[in-house]
Amino acid sequence: MSNTANSRQYVISFIFIGIAAVILLRLFFLQLFEDKYKVMANDIAIYRKVVYPPRGIIYDRKNRVMLYNQVVYDLMVTPNNVPKVFDTVQFCNALGIDKDTYGKLLNRIRVRNGGMRQGPYMEELTPEQTARFQENAYIFPGYELVERNIRAYPSASAGIILGYIGEVSPEMLKTSRYASYQQGDYLGMNGLERSYEEVLRGQRGVHFLERDNFNRPREPFKGGALDTQEVAGKSLQLYTDAELQAYAEKLMQNKIGSVVAIDPKTGGILAMVSSPSYDPNLLRGRERAKNFSNLYKNATHPLFNRAMQATYQPGSTIKPMTGLVALSVGAIVPSFGLACFGHYNLCGRPIACEHHDAGHAANFRLALAHSCNSYFCHIFRLTCDNPKAGGVKKGLQMWHDYFSSFGYGHATGVDLPFEGKGLLPDSSYYNNRYHNVWNSCTIVFVGMGQGELALTPLQMANGMCIIANKGYYYTPHFVRSIGNNEKDTLLKSYLKKHIVTSVSDTTFSVIQQAMQDVVESGTAIGAKIDGITICAKTGTAENKAIVGGVAIKMANHSMFVAFAPRENPKIAIAVAIENAGFGATWAAPIASLLIEKYLRDSVSVKRKAMEDKMINAHLINKYVYSIDSVQRMHFQEAYKAKMEKKMLEASSKHYTDSVMLNRWLRNQLDNK
Amino acid sequence: MGALRKSLFNRLDGITILLYVTLVTIGLFTIFSVEHRSTDPTIFIMSKTYMKQVIFFGIALFIGLIIILTESKFFSSFAFLFYTMGLFILFITIFAGVDVKGSRSWLGIGSFRFQPGEVCKIFTALALAKFLSLPETNFKTLKHRLVGVAIVLIPAAMIILQKETGLALVYFCFFLVMYREGLPNSVLIVGFSTIALVLATLLVDRKVLFIVLTAVALIIGFLLRNNLRRNVIGIILLVGIWGTSMLFSQVAVPFIFKHVLEKHQIDRIFSTIGMDVPDAYNKAAKGDEDEDNGGKKVNSSDYNVKQSKIAIGSGGFWGKGFLNGTSTKNEFVPEQNTDFIFCAIGEQFGFLGSLVLVGLYVTLMMRIIFIAERQRSSFTRIYAYCVASILFFHFAVNISMTIGLAPVIGITLPFLSYGGSSLLSFSILIFILIRLDADRQVLIR
Repeated sequence: MSNTANSRQYVISFIFIGIAAVILLRLFFLQLFEDKYKVMANDIAIYRKVVYPPRGIIYDRKNRVMLYNQVVYDLMVTPNNVPKVFDTVQFCNALGIDKDTYGKLLNRIRVRNGGMRQGPYMEELTPEQTARFQENAYIFPGYELVERNIRAYPSASAGIILGYIGEVSPEMLKTSRYASYQQGDYLGMNGLERSYEEVLRGQRGVHFLERDNFNRPREPFKGGALDTQEVAGKSLQLYTDAELQAYAEKLMQNKIGSVVAIDPKTGGILAMVSSPSYDPNLLRGRERAKNFSNLYKNATHPLFNRAMQATYQPGSTIKPMTGLVALSVGAIVPSFGLACFGHYNLCGRPIACEHHDAGHAANFRLALAHSCNSYFCHIFRLTCDNPKAGGVKKGLQMWHDYFSSFGYGHATGVDLPFEGKGLLPDSSYYNNRYHNVWNSCTIVFVGMGQGELALTPLQMANGMCIIANKGYYYTPHFVRSIGNNEKDTLLKSYLKKHIVTSVSDTTFSVIQQAMQDVVESGTAIGAKIDGITICAKTGTAENKAIVGGVAIKMANHSMFVAFAPRENPKIAIAVAIENAGFGATWAAPIASLLIEKYLRDSVSVKRKAMEDKMINAHLINKYVYSIDSVQRMHFQEAYKAKMEKKMLEASSKHYTDSVMLNRWLRNQLDNK
Repeated sequence: MGALRKSLFNRLDGITILLYVTLVTIGLFTIFSVEHRSTDPTIFIMSKTYMKQVIFFGIALFIGLIIILTESKFFSSFAFLFYTMGLFILFITIFAGVDVKGSRSWLGIGSFRFQPGEVCKIFTALALAKFLSLPETNFKTLKHRLVGVAIVLIPAAMIILQKETGLALVYFCFFLVMYREGLPNSVLIVGFSTIALVLATLLVDRKVLFIVLTAVALIIGFLLRNNLRRNVIGIILLVGIWGTSMLFSQVAVPFIFKHVLEKHQIDRIFSTIGMDVPDAYNKAAKGDEDEDNGGKKVNSSDYNVKQSKIAIGSGGFWGKGFLNGTSTKNEFVPEQNTDFIFCAIGEQFGFLGSLVLVGLYVTLMMRIIFIAERQRSSFTRIYAYCVASILFFHFAVNISMTIGLAPVIGITLPFLSYGGSSLLSFSILIFILIRLDADRQVLIR
């Protein structure tokens, strides 16, 4: 062993250690100082899977399911796992498709997802397809059935109440209200689905999964330590009676109008119909978009909830309220009578009354039972002009305050979105309208429910609750309990009793007695039910349609309001049927049938003929369709005109700009 | 001479055996961590590679036992015969090799496959040791030096013909052995300087490199100022080397990249060290832009190194913990059982684990050098250096390529990488050394 050899031993050792040191130095920087690699590693390897809990189920007052989650199957495929030798014929038979479609669908997934990732081959299989596929699933490797929930309505009714869900739109995502949603999420778009979205949707679970180089999810990341568990949506129980609701919809078929029935003791809505109604099952799943646009374009506007969005002049149905106020403020006493001979002549142009016989308005009871226009116009005037108030303006304001406390002129606060508020004129409204020059004769029509006053059927039904309860009401609402909790914070406002501006019990008794007379000896004799004391009022509302900017007088709306029984009332109801004629002819029988159905669970045999007549009546006028198309044309033209005007403005602005530019340039040249 | 009286098993080097077993065990656990899924019903699944590796380990230990029980003279006596056989098999492989990922370096007999190039390292090491330890060999003469070089380069050339350049490069590590046995210093210096310069030119910014090289030259000049004052040749040499490296890094490489090489060649060079092509060179090759999109993903070595760096870099100091390596477990790093096994260590055990592993390798290599220097017979000493050099080359290049310090050439990490050929050939290398070392007091001829 030479000396050189010995020293070279250290050179070689030095090289070994030196290179190892370089490697360690590089590792040191790579692992401790370059954070981007940690971020990149998580980005590529962790898959955030959102798990959607089932939405809450909605039950009716008798715990019958109105809205639930239906399991549907999507057929998923991982193209590369489909073997070369594959029984295509059997597969196509199971799904009922032909061979071309088979290849096309498979290729679509391959193009969209690549061969390694699973994609939806066919969505929402029919039960037959599911069954046939499951029988032979073992000979179709690469294919897999995956469960999914969709909303389902067991009966084709209550669409406007329950509403529907839809995918959150990009515009919605931009607003803070929908901050907790992500693209692709579904949420309640209308009805109770929208109002109670917060509790129905439950809590999304987020599961973190590791994924591999082909983006296939694998096992839970860190054993699932970061995951949040999904919480199922709470179920709702409604006051609504599913059977009554379906029956009401049946009675209202082929009519345009609405029914609202409320339990006066709780404010719970027993039924709400807007006719024509639609099958809520149309607005779910694959066909939703197509069906929605069909419904939206329909001339009868089935998506428009007439029961709380449409406003009508209440016609004679307002007369109990007019009387209530007049008696309350002391403008009249119950024995007050008016000699009416078919006209009311105290305000210049005579106002027609249906009755000519003397003494039909000899006192309040008779006047209401016969619905004397003269009488109620007069007592409305007396109310406004009553000496206690001091002047018609203050008098009207007093009347306004009473009506406002009845829930008119503003949204009642029902638990459905987009409620209409109607119109309740006050003094300043008329001051504006008539430039401060008006008197009780100017506004006299309001007393008989025409004129400027406009109410939603929901407000009318709520008014009946007040009379039935003798002075109080609960805000009408559908939901009795959320997840079996009747005192949920969302329901708090519905537990509050609203007491109307002081009206004495005796006054209510007078009104109730008069309304009872309406059924027993007055205009609504057809609505009488043996053994049930019904208090009611008919209405026949004049109305005009505005077509192309021109108001055209249309056939009268048939209206009816009622509550029953008089003692211990259980149901208050308002029915409005558009352009159907007398209230007593159509609206009254329908309301009567509904009251009987609700209170007795069935309709007596002797009333079957009436029931059939109501169900089979077709009261949608042909001109509804023509008016609709004229209106659409009118809107289109208005839109066009607006656009043209905009363009004109824009171009004229350009013109001014260019003129100014020219001038400026010329000035610059001149200066030089 | 007391040691001779001890039994054979008492004369075996315990430290080396311990290090060997430790490294193979680490390898087993690492392969397990990569392959194991929490959804697996049991860990004993024979189709998984870690179970196969356990079997290979068993076979390796069995062969090790046979080697220990073999007379140490056997290895020196049959060295040339083994070498000739090895060359013969390599020669056959050139024509009969099975095509594996473009290289024909594997021989297949039924379902059994092995890589003669791996095994031939052992034969070459034995042959080189035998030749250099022959009494008639004088390594100071050019003739014998050329014979030594030939022993090393002939198998390398054959492996290159099998298109397995990475493995062929391993044979260059024998130059370290020959340096130890008397090749002039200049061989080592020139060799290392060239490799360092090439890598530095690619990895380091040109201006920084200029400053560093100049600084190094000035420091050397300052340290050797007394020698250089009387030595014109020395000055010329120093300035010459400085000038050459300047010319190479500042002028030649940019010129070649800008004007000679095609775009795809530039991409290839940078991707093998896992770097994006620098803007300066990218602009020059802007001619065909449409290749840019498709080209990037297709280039697999680029993807390998990037994923490998992500895996190792995400480990941090402590690592993500055993079985928590998201990148390696989910197969983002290709060939993570074999060539890129270090990623799994870096990701799961972080810098600390990497430090321990590098430490184990360095300890083993130092131990082998220590063993080498305590031999009476030069055959064993040279053989020991061969083993150390092969280990060193594999270790250094393998880890460097996973962290983007060296180009991706497919060579394994000794003892850790999955694969029968690799594990068995390294085991045989080590066991022969242990056997020879047991007879360190005897002169083996």
